[in-house]
Amino acid sequence: MATRQTQFLARALLSPAVLLLFIWMIVPLALTIYFSTLHYSLLDPGSESFVGLDNYTYFLTDPAFLASLQNTLVLVGSVLALTIGLGIPLAVLLDQPVVGRNFVRLMVIAPFFVMPTVSALVWKNLLMHPVSGLFAWIATSLGLTPIDWFTDAPLLAIIFIVAWQWLPFATLILLTALQSLDEEQKEAAEMDGASATSRFIYLTLPHLARPITVVILIETIFLLTVFAEIFVTTGGGPGLQTTNIAFLVYSQALIQFDVGSASAGGLVAVVIANIVAFFLVRIVGRNLEA
Amino acid sequence: MGRITLEGVQKSFGPVHIIKGADLDIADGSFVVFVGPSGCGKTTLLRLIAGLEDVSDGKILIDGKNVVNVPPAKRGLSMVFQSYALYPHMSVRGNIAFGLKMAGLPKDEINRKVEAAAATLNLTPYLDRKPRELSGGQRQRVAIGRAIVREPKAFLFDEPLSNLDAALRVQMRLEVTRLQKQLGTTAIYVTHDQVEAMTMADKIVVLNGGKIEQYGSPIELYQKPANLFVAGFIGSPKMNFITGPDAAQRGAATIGVRPEHLNIVGDGQGWPGKVMVAEHLGSDTFLYVDTGAVGTLTVRCAGEKGVKPGDQIALQPDPNRVYRFDGSGNAIAA
Repeated sequence: MATRQTQFLARALLSPAVLLLFIWMIVPLALTIYFSTLHYSLLDPGSESFVGLDNYTYFLTDPAFLASLQNTLVLVGSVLALTIGLGIPLAVLLDQPVVGRNFVRLMVIAPFFVMPTVSALVWKNLLMHPVSGLFAWIATSLGLTPIDWFTDAPLLAIIFIVAWQWLPFATLILLTALQSLDEEQKEAAEMDGASATSRFIYLTLPHLARPITVVILIETIFLLTVFAEIFVTTGGGPGLQTTNIAFLVYSQALIQFDVGSASAGGLVAVVIANIVAFFLVRIVGRNLEA
Repeated sequence: MGRITLEGVQKSFGPVHIIKGADLDIADGSFVVFVGPSGCGKTTLLRLIAGLEDVSDGKILIDGKNVVNVPPAKRGLSMVFQSYALYPHMSVRGNIAFGLKMAGLPKDEINRKVEAAAATLNLTPYLDRKPRELSGGQRQRVAIGRAIVREPKAFLFDEPLSNLDAALRVQMRLEVTRLQKQLGTTAIYVTHDQVEAMTMADKIVVLNGGKIEQYGSPIELYQKPANLFVAGFIGSPKMNFITGPDAAQRGAATIGVRPEHLNIVGDGQGWPGKVMVAEHLGSDTFLYVDTGAVGTLTVRCAGEKGVKPGDQIALQPDPNRVYRFDGSGNAIAA
């Protein structure tokens, strides 16, 4: 098949799609790079002027930048730990034969289908509200003082909301992996005298190494850009306590109307995402090699 | 010691009776093969002995002790699985050592035993490889190594050679038999391949539809099949069965003649017929002869016979080697 003719034909037929994708990607990127070198304020239209790398200097030296970088990393790390830490036992439980297993599985997956704004509103007003929320009611019925989540522990509250949304994803991936664990291997371990705990440690966990890697990589991509949950609940506050990079870029562009510095921030975010991805692939990526 | 006795063992999955009462006495150190067509319950019976399934009724005695309520690991048996079931993320060493590690043996003792087992199986150069880096035969040997290192009372083999190619299967067949004789450990071996059963076993258990049809040495089964099923199952090519007047003449509902006990005779004697197919193997020639009166007969002739399809020949059974069966399929004593 690999004659010169078929190679030429393949390239010729592929090129429109590749070209379209390339333009699709390169135009926004080029425009963002272009805007990031301009003084471009929406409050003062028509006054755009070239400022070189000033926007980058401004964004990177902004005290909000380091705070939001830290918040981003804490958010990503905590949600990853929560979803995997809870996802593994949940997946093991759901792998057991119980009555109504299909229904239970459907229910467990449900949070993933709730859009982030809606789930954030539900958590904010129905669960975590210090007066009318369910948690407050539980606390007062136990004689405790309710926690005002978005004031006292705002980042933790966001972490819980986001973890709740991503737990089904982790559980689902790990569950499918568990189902592919060879039955005879489990029986062999049983014959070898391994207890249920030993079987979990020596057989199940190593088997799950690869799906855990997949969960970490995929979740990280989305967790670096968490926005709706913050926008709906805390608006980045109090102060900068829940501002992550994505929210900082938004506030530059549409609260301070500074398109130039927002574009610079966007590009910084791209670089950070790549740095994180690089380290992640180095740390956990070797699990993906067959 | 590894004497295994089954007393009225039954197993049903819901309303389906898989094992309909099995009684068996397996002597210490013997090599017993369970053989039968697929779905006959041979693997289930093995898993019952292993403890991977619970019996519905009956007793399983290992060295005289009922183990029905004993978990698999405590029965002192080890098993070689059809898929080998090696732990994919552990090295060969880790795989073989796993059972000992679970038993909490000291490290140096584990190492000594693993290395001894590896040496017996020619696995020493591969100890640090992962299972996926091994060939089928090597994986098979690791699975056997994992079984022998625990020094069990008995080995249980579940169709261990069915994933190997024909040449390797013959070689591993020899190795497994040799190893079992050398260790003197009781072995129960499940297979659907009657050649494996005949060549490896001290005693064969022929199973059909969840029942033990016959239990005996390979030659006993060949020479004195208890019924039509065993007669048809043991021996290759299959025994010829003849019903009708030719059987009645010998006082039986059905008579059986093995292909190797049919002789080509001159015209006017025996059953005349036309050769349909001739298979020339060099050492043997298999003829499929349409006789009309008694159906198609398979004949096995030693050496090369110059017989072509379409030839007319006549066949006569060796009179001392005609098996007789009554109406319900049981053998009639000679």
